Amino acid sequence: MTTLDPLRLSARDAKRLLVDGEISSAELAKVYLDQIAAVEPRVRAYIRVTYDNAAKYSTKVDREMQALRGPLAGLPIAIKDNMVTEGVTTTCASRILRDYMPVYTATAVRQVWDDHVVMLGKTNLDEFAMGSSTENSAFQTTRNPWDLATVPGGSSGGSAAAVAAGEALWALGSDTGGSIRQPAALCGIVGMKPTYGAVSRYGLIAFASSLDQIGPLTRSVYDCALLLQHIVGHDPNDATSVALPEPVALPDAQRLDGVCVGIPVEYLAAGIEPGVRACFDETVARVEQLGGTCVEISLPHTEYALPAYYIIAPAEASANLARFDGVRYGHRCADPVDLLDMYERTRGEGFGPEVKRRIMIGAYALSAGYYDAYYGRAQKVRTLVRRDFEAAFAGVDLIASPTTPTVAFKAGSRTADPLSMYMCDICTIPVNLAGLPAISIPCGLSDGLPVGFQLIGPAFSENRILQAAHALEGAIGFAPAPTFRDSGAGAAAGARTETQA
Amino acid sequence: MIGEDDVRYVAKLARLRLEQDEVARMTGELAKILAHIDKMSELDTAGVPPTAHVLDVVNVTRPDKPRPGLSRADALRNAPAVSDDCFRVPRMS
Repeated sequence: MTTLDPLRLSARDAKRLLVDGEISSAELAKVYLDQIAAVEPRVRAYIRVTYDNAAKYSTKVDREMQALRGPLAGLPIAIKDNMVTEGVTTTCASRILRDYMPVYTATAVRQVWDDHVVMLGKTNLDEFAMGSSTENSAFQTTRNPWDLATVPGGSSGGSAAAVAAGEALWALGSDTGGSIRQPAALCGIVGMKPTYGAVSRYGLIAFASSLDQIGPLTRSVYDCALLLQHIVGHDPNDATSVALPEPVALPDAQRLDGVCVGIPVEYLAAGIEPGVRACFDETVARVEQLGGTCVEISLPHTEYALPAYYIIAPAEASANLARFDGVRYGHRCADPVDLLDMYERTRGEGFGPEVKRRIMIGAYALSAGYYDAYYGRAQKVRTLVRRDFEAAFAGVDLIASPTTPTVAFKAGSRTADPLSMYMCDICTIPVNLAGLPAISIPCGLSDGLPVGFQLIGPAFSENRILQAAHALEGAIGFAPAPTFRDSGAGAAAGARTETQA
Repeated sequence: MIGEDDVRYVAKLARLRLEQDEVARMTGELAKILAHIDKMSELDTAGVPPTAHVLDVVNVTRPDKPRPGLSRADALRNAPAVSDDCFRVPRMS
């Protein structure tokens, strides 16, 4: 068996090694389990590593390789712990679901399980995917493998850190306002939010139903397309899911001839760090070197997107999280005196501070007397944000921006001020409001920390985005790997043993 | 401007028990967040239709055929308290 570097191995190469018989699925799984053993105590990307499952299922794939041969068979994956997995506890990083054992499996997870991928475990997130640093997890704080004193971003910080740290070949995350793209940017990997509806949300524990979307976190654009191919599609169990007009193609573009990329001036005004701006400008220059053209555009309602999002997402969350009432699943408070006491104390004990804040904002915005001023107005602003994109895409093929205004920030530096945390997603939130697809690819380092480059396309333009991102990725040639340098803390992780059903 | 009484009222609506220190902290945080959100009022949104959903998909239906659903045992599997194959809850006062 060849010695494999989990910090660099792509799914594309791993697949070739498996098909050529140069490595077995069990050996491949062991590469990641060994890396987990080596770095997980410092990174803490997983809420639960499914050691037994990874060992047993990969052996099963090896044994039945002929019968199970499929495009993803035997490739190991990590799953964000807000997608339900039958037989494997799903917590949403919340005390209220600490011991929740799902009785069914999310469609996107089922699709990759049916392709015989091997699940390595369930990754950490901000509680109910509400946050941008993974510090809102009720269980543990995940650290960024590029500097263990910094956060990995969020809410899919566990998935992003696991891939960046070589603790997973690739991962699934979810993105409501940037929760795939922002951690991918901060961890130096690729992350894509597909068009709203492209991937079924069935079994994704709902945060904001009109914004949530599952997508891949990978080490390359090719891998991103490969994984995306296997999770898209209409699902009868999700009435908002739709079939893509064309299948996802594996990208091969080397050039950007004829591609016109718009650069929104409003995104560059939004407090972008100089180091991030420098990497962005370099990447824009590469677009032109590859034959593309870049033009300045305006998305005039950008500054209103964040306020609208912070009404719409909490309003939907306050309705979605009403189901956690201590009756059917999850935590129930001890010795309730009556039904109302049970509801109030169960939820007061079960939810963390950020989840409570969002429920409160949502309930306030939806309450009598405030509905028109907040929720009604936010929905109208959402229309204006959508129209901005529609107008822009009449003149350009793609829109580019930095994925985040800053590189990874120090753990604890923004937790005291919720609004400063919300500002992390200023370049990603408008995309969710408009339901558009977008990718983040690594485009360089600033102060030794990765910078993400975001490409946004019109609805259902996944192939256009992937081709352009692939060409840029080749030109950028982002090569460094995380060093696990530690200017901060680290502590022990805990993980139990369960298996995929 | 949101005050502590508003926070207590909304917490009641949301069935969320907040301790006194949480009420005080939440009041300050919500005031700051809502002040940022009030930026929306700068915009003239008269005549702008609301967006509830980005896809042009309405009234998705499927054939109304019976099919197996969640079994009773599975439905009750995660329940904190069960009695006579039903979810058990404390009495309403």
